Amino acid sequence: MKKRARIDVKALPGTAANAADERLQVARPLRAVFNKVFPDHWSFLLGEIALFSFIVLLLTGVFLTLYFDPSMSHVTYNGSYLPLRGVHMTRAYETTLHISFDVRGGLIMRQMHHWAALLFMASIVIHMFRIFFTGAFRKPRELNWVIGVTLFIVGFLAGFTGYSLPDDGLSGTGLRIAHAIMLSIPVIGSWTANSLFSGEFPGPGAILPRAYIAHVLLIPGILLALISVHLGLVFKQKHTQWPGPGRTNTNVVGERMFPRYVIKQGGFFAIVFGVIALMGGLLTINPIWLFGPYEAAAVSAASQPDWYVMFLDGSTRLMPPWEIRAFGHTLPPLFWPTVVLPGVMFTLAMAYPFIEARRNRDTAIHNLLQRPRDVPERTALGAMAVAFYLVLTISGGNDPLAENFDISLNAMTWAGRIGLLIVPPIAYWAAYRICLGLQQHDREVLAHGVETGIIRRLPNGQFVEVHQPLAAPDAHGHTELEYTGWVVPKKMNRVGALAPAIKGFFYPVEEPAPPALPQAERRELESSGTR
Amino acid sequence: MTVVDNPHGSPGLATAEERSRFETIVAGAREDGVEIVHYEPPFPAPGTRGERRLQRIVAGCFLTTGGLATAFLVTYIWWPWEYDRDSLLHNMYTPVLGLTLGLALVATGFGIMIWGKKLIPHEVSIQERHDGPSSDHDRSMATSTLLYMGDEMGLKRRPLLGLSLLAGVAPVGLAAAAPLIGGLIKDPHKPVEGGTGSPLMTTAWGPGIRLTREDGTPIRPEDISTGGQLTVFPGVPEGHTNVHADSPTLLIHLRGQDMAELRDNLTGTNVGATWGDFVAYSKICTHAGCPASLFEQQTNRLLCPCHQSQFLVTDNAKPVFGPATRRLPMLHISVDDEGYFVATSDYKVAIGPGFWERP
Ligand code: FES
Repeated sequence: MKKRARIDVKALPGTAANAADERLQVARPLRAVFNKVFPDHWSFLLGEIALFSFIVLLLTGVFLTLYFDPSMSHVTYNGSYLPLRGVHMTRAYETTLHISFDVRGGLIMRQMHHWAALLFMASIVIHMFRIFFTGAFRKPRELNWVIGVTLFIVGFLAGFTGYSLPDDGLSGTGLRIAHAIMLSIPVIGSWTANSLFSGEFPGPGAILPRAYIAHVLLIPGILLALISVHLGLVFKQKHTQWPGPGRTNTNVVGERMFPRYVIKQGGFFAIVFGVIALMGGLLTINPIWLFGPYEAAAVSAASQPDWYVMFLDGSTRLMPPWEIRAFGHTLPPLFWPTVVLPGVMFTLAMAYPFIEARRNRDTAIHNLLQRPRDVPERTALGAMAVAFYLVLTISGGNDPLAENFDISLNAMTWAGRIGLLIVPPIAYWAAYRICLGLQQHDREVLAHGVETGIIRRLPNGQFVEVHQPLAAPDAHGHTELEYTGWVVPKKMNRVGALAPAIKGFFYPVEEPAPPALPQAERRELESSGTR
Repeated sequence: MTVVDNPHGSPGLATAEERSRFETIVAGAREDGVEIVHYEPPFPAPGTRGERRLQRIVAGCFLTTGGLATAFLVTYIWWPWEYDRDSLLHNMYTPVLGLTLGLALVATGFGIMIWGKKLIPHEVSIQERHDGPSSDHDRSMATSTLLYMGDEMGLKRRPLLGLSLLAGVAPVGLAAAAPLIGGLIKDPHKPVEGGTGSPLMTTAWGPGIRLTREDGTPIRPEDISTGGQLTVFPGVPEGHTNVHADSPTLLIHLRGQDMAELRDNLTGTNVGATWGDFVAYSKICTHAGCPASLFEQQTNRLLCPCHQSQFLVTDNAKPVFGPATRRLPMLHISVDDEGYFVATSDYKVAIGPGFWERP
């Protein structure tokens, strides 16, 4: 016997696996996870962008906490950014300057953090649109929809507290408006504001440390918990899928999780991370050194909040000056667009799955997605909501718009007020019509075939376009194909008659397609239906 | 059912050994309710041109990553990054970091993606969902267990237990919540030290307090030309800082005829607030508290940049456009024996945004 066993490197993974399984009995559950099937479609990646941005936020955020101090005590700046030397400011602003100029690589971390936050919110919203317009929120996924909306709200708070921390001219102004919004709440307003700020605005230095602990501990904790539940539910309930050959309401068609699916996710994460790094390095964002420390008497004109706050800014601007005064009390106009409106918006959003199910008396389980055109009413409602949101967001930036296009601000405000009332109904109507039009076209193709672009002259002199039927036509030249809720091929190259004109990235490689056999055509047709 | 349905006719797996291993995989997947219905290695025969090309591309991606990541490190360590306003090198530091790091990550991402999409066998698998409620059997068992648990606790038999538990636990919950919330609560109407009246209704201004510039120097009427304006702060310690964020005031020297117009319009508590051709308005917007600081001389309007409320200077700063509903309060001013501007009282009405208790 040898004294010391030589380590057999090749057997190492096996040994480790054995050791783990002896203690945890993981073989079966692990295999089940490896084998879990995920459906694939580009639109399923939007939520991932949010998840990946969140990871970048955590990483860069931890870096920033090592250098940032939320204290509101006063100091005189003495760092290396010359234009502000000798200026009185808070520690919070000073340490943000320090990160930007005196910490190696600090600026790119700050900017990546900010860009990742914007991307996080943007991908949440786009992801939410995807879920809404395809009906992915229906039973059994209502709870996950509610969690998703909550994620937007909590993300909003995360963004706002983060934006407030540097205590520069813009963030101080934002905080002051937030303070006024709290003040506007009936009965408890002044108590809430005074309690949170520990006094009159800006208070004795309590608000930033409080915002800080919320921003780096409480809110990320809530986000992390919500995201875990969100993903856990997707895992448990399995992902929805588009209709297509072989896909039913009771199965999932796709790839097993390992290796292909996970590898693609990993690659996508690296790309998202890379794009955030590129933005953080190349695109300046929130150059707080230009804004100066916050002073109650100074504001830079045309200061814009982050995009996800702009809808509130817009609603505030559009609000007519209606104040309610009675019995020695005041209900300021600020209350409606900043407290009531978002409250109603988010409540409606959260309640939508239940409202729709009730209206349709729908208690079935839905795992197949719907094309937006097939549910015109919902699509139109969604378009209306998006239009409403867009009018508000654009109004939130109406001053730079007015300046750039030389329109009077008052005209912009009035356009916004009127637009808010008439654009959403127009959007509803337009979306509805477009949905019906698309539906009709699908039916037409199914009945008559694909337009070939070939014009034939009949013996009587009439010109007709030749259609390529998708199946063997009956005596009247009609085909009877049922609409399956998925893409109907509308171009000849989708049914395999022509090779795609351009292959590759820059240079076209034109290879003639192999002669199309009827059978091969059928197969192409089917497989194009799965994509 | 054919497991390996390959349009090219070959199973795609070269050796018998490979095939038998794959069959194990298929059997395992089937035990998990997963049927692999289509499995197609992209390059059944090893070493084809296409495969080698893809391999080169993926390797190229990873090597690019290596190069760029090294460039990032070199930049990070040796680049002259210290702040220097005129140095192009300093200004390029962050962009170069972003470029190298970003492209390195994107290259890895593409490498991994191409690997995953083009080199790993393409497959279609089907898994049954099994959703909907649990079986009736499971449900009834779970219900009975739950109900039995209730019986075991004996709450029905011994109701006092339940009631006393409730009565005992509720105060614990409140006791836990009380310090969390109670510590925060602060009465907005309690006068601050040395002050009188609710802080919401008062500012640092008061009789005899001088109007000063940011640096604390007092102001004479001749310091402001006709049509000019100046932001002034109460001449008290820290008067110009955020400690007195409610006190910044805009002192405006109106043209003669504008002043005459204003004097005709003065109403309520504003009567007698002006001095000569000078008027002083609170700078804190009555809408949401931004500084209403843009003075348009031609129209005599004060514009708030936050939500574009406009206030007419010649008419008690009444709001004429935008969401603001209240006038900017007017500060009563005069000139003291030494010829400097002073306030003759605090603001007569609360400054800034509205709130519930405001009359
Ligand atoms: S804060 Fe002045 S208009 Fe809103």
